[in-house]
Amino acid sequence: MTWKMKAAAAALAILGSVGTAAAEGALNIYNWGDYTSPEMIKKFEQKYDVKVTVTDYDSNDTALAKIRAGGHGFDIVVPSANYIPIWIKEGLLLESRPDQMENFKNVDERWVNVPWDPGRHYSVPWQWGFSGIGINKKMYSGDINTAAIFLDPPKELVGKINVEPEMNDVLFAAIKYLGGEWCTDDKVLLKKVRDKLIEAKPKWLAMDYSVTEKLPSGDYAAVYYWNGAIMRARLKNPDVAFGYPKEGYPIFMDSATILKDAKNVENAKKFLNFIMEPENAALISAFAKYANGIKGSAAFLPPEMKDAPELVIPAQYEKAGEFLKACSPEVSQLYARIWTDVNK
Amino acid sequence: MGSAADAARRAESETTRRRWLLSAPALVIIFVAAIGPLFVMLAYSFMTKGDYGDVKPIFSLDGWFSVLLQRDIFDDTLSLADANLIIMWRSLSLSAITTAATLILGFPTAYFIATRPRETREMWVFLVTIPFWTNLLIRTFAMQQVIRNEGILNSLLMWLRVINEPLPIMYTDWAVLFGMVYVYLPLMVLPLYASMEKLDFRLVEAGYDLYAGRLAVLRRVIIPLVKPGIVAGSILVFIPSLGAYVIPRVLGGGKTMMLGNLIELQFGAGRNWPLGAAMSITLMAVVMIALLFYVRNAARAGGGHG
Repeated sequence: MTWKMKAAAAALAILGSVGTAAAEGALNIYNWGDYTSPEMIKKFEQKYDVKVTVTDYDSNDTALAKIRAGGHGFDIVVPSANYIPIWIKEGLLLESRPDQMENFKNVDERWVNVPWDPGRHYSVPWQWGFSGIGINKKMYSGDINTAAIFLDPPKELVGKINVEPEMNDVLFAAIKYLGGEWCTDDKVLLKKVRDKLIEAKPKWLAMDYSVTEKLPSGDYAAVYYWNGAIMRARLKNPDVAFGYPKEGYPIFMDSATILKDAKNVENAKKFLNFIMEPENAALISAFAKYANGIKGSAAFLPPEMKDAPELVIPAQYEKAGEFLKACSPEVSQLYARIWTDVNK
Repeated sequence: MGSAADAARRAESETTRRRWLLSAPALVIIFVAAIGPLFVMLAYSFMTKGDYGDVKPIFSLDGWFSVLLQRDIFDDTLSLADANLIIMWRSLSLSAITTAATLILGFPTAYFIATRPRETREMWVFLVTIPFWTNLLIRTFAMQQVIRNEGILNSLLMWLRVINEPLPIMYTDWAVLFGMVYVYLPLMVLPLYASMEKLDFRLVEAGYDLYAGRLAVLRRVIIPLVKPGIVAGSILVFIPSLGAYVIPRVLGGGKTMMLGNLIELQFGAGRNWPLGAAMSITLMAVVMIALLFYVRNAARAGGGHG
C-alpha cells in the first residue's frame, strides 16, 4: 500500500465513521413556539435513530402562508382544529391514515370523530386547551369567572391587562359576552362587539405573548390567555389564579399532521404513532401544560398537573366551553375588518 | 490615426467591459432579490384575494381601492379607510419625530467626535458602531428589561427616591420612541460625522473673526456646510423607521399598530394579500418621494460650494 492509498483509506474510514455516527434519517417538525417537549424529541431520536429538527411559528396563518409558499422542507406541522379543513382543502396534507396505526387505540373517543377530520384520516391529537382568565389574586379579589375582567375591567385592573393577540379567540369571547353565537354575521351585534372592544382596548396594557414571564412577575395583573401558559405562570407564582369566562370560552385542539410534500414520510408516520403512546403524550403535556387527548397518559403526568384548576373544568363551566370552529370566508373577512378597526 | 489612439480606445472598451463584468454579480442579485419580488408585489396588488390568503389570478382593483377607501362593515356606505389612514399617519409622524430626535441628539455627538484630535476620532466612531454587533431583536428585548416596571431604570429611580411608584414606561408610545431613537441614532451620527470631518474649521474661525456669535456661526456656517450629512442621516433614519416592525411590536406591547404591522396583518389573519401588496407599494412610493427630495437637496448643496 502506498502512502497515498493509506491516506485515502484513512479518509474513507473517517468518512465512514462520521456516517455511522450521524442518525439514520431526519425529521423536520414545524410547530408552535414553546410547545414541543425537548425530552420527548430526545426519546424519539434515540428510539428510531432519527435527527429531529424543530422550527417555530407563532400563528396558524404564518404556518399556512409559509407552507403554501413551498420549499420549506418540513415533514410535520401542527395546525389548530379550525385550520385543518383549510389545509386539507388546499391539498397540503398527506392522508396518512393515523386511524390505522398501532397506537390509535389510545386516542380518547371524544377526539376521534371530530368535525375537522372525521375518523382521523389526517391528524393526531397533539394538545388541547382553551382561553381563560388569569389573575394575580393580590391585585384583585372579585369574581374572575367572567370575560368582564378584560371587556369591562374593574378599575383595579385598568392598565394592567394583557390580552392574547389572537383575533378569533378575542372576538369569540366578545361575541359570547354580548350574547351572540360564534360565526354570527348579525351586524347589529357585531357593531356592539366592535364598540365594546374599542372601548375596552385602551384599558389594556398589552396584547403580547409573554404571559409565562410577565404574569408571575407582576407586570400584568390580569390576562386573557391560554390555560397551559397560565398554569405555567401559577407554578412560578402561587398568587396566580385561573378563571373560566362563564359567558363562553373558546376551546382549541392542535393536531399533528404530515405534509403532502414531506421528504421523510416514514419517520413522520413513526412520529405520529409515537405521540399516541400515553407515556410520550404525557411528556408533551408535562412540558407545555395542556391536556393531550390520549387515554392513559394521566398516569405519567407530573403530580402538579393532576387536579390542576387550569385543566379540570368545574362542572358548572363545562357548558360554556365551545369548540372554535372555522367560519365561512365572508364572515372571516368581516371579523378581520372589525379586528383592524379595533387595532387602529 | 496612430495605433496608440487605437490601443487607448481598445483599452478603454476593455475597462468598460471589465467594469460591467465585475458589477454583474451585484446587478444579478439586485435584479433577482429586489426588483423581481417588487414585480411580484405589483402583480399581486392587482389580483383578487384568495379565500384563505394567497391570490387568484383575476384582475381586480380591490386591493388598491381598500388602501384609501372602504365600504362600511355595517351599513355599506363608502368612506375613507380611516383605520389605514390613522395607522399610516402614526407611522409617518413616529418616523418624523424619531428623525428629529436623532438629529438633535446626533448633531452634538458628531460635532464632538469631529473636533477630537485626529488619532482618537477612529476610537469614537468605533464606539458608536458597537450596538450594531448585537442583533436588533436582542437589543429590543434587552430594552424591555431596562424600562419594565421592575426593571433597571425604575428600580434605580425608586432606590434614589426620585419616584415612589414605578413609572409605567413599558408598552407606551414613549417606550416605542425611546427604542426607535436608541436603535437609529448611530445611523444619524455616522453620516453627520462623515460630513463634519470634512468641514474646514478655518471657516468657523473666520466666522468668529467677522464677529458672528456662536449661534450665527452654527446657523450660517456649520449647518449649511454639513447639510449633505444632515440630509443623508435623516433619510437613513426616516426610511427604516417607516417600516419599523419589531420595535413597536415588542416595546409597544402589540397594541399600537404601525404600517409594518398592518401590512403583516393583511398577509396573515387578514387574508388580504392584494391589499397588503398595495400597501407595501404605497409605503415604497412614500420612501421614493423622500429619496427624490434627498437627491434634489444633495444636488443643490453640492452645487452651492462645489
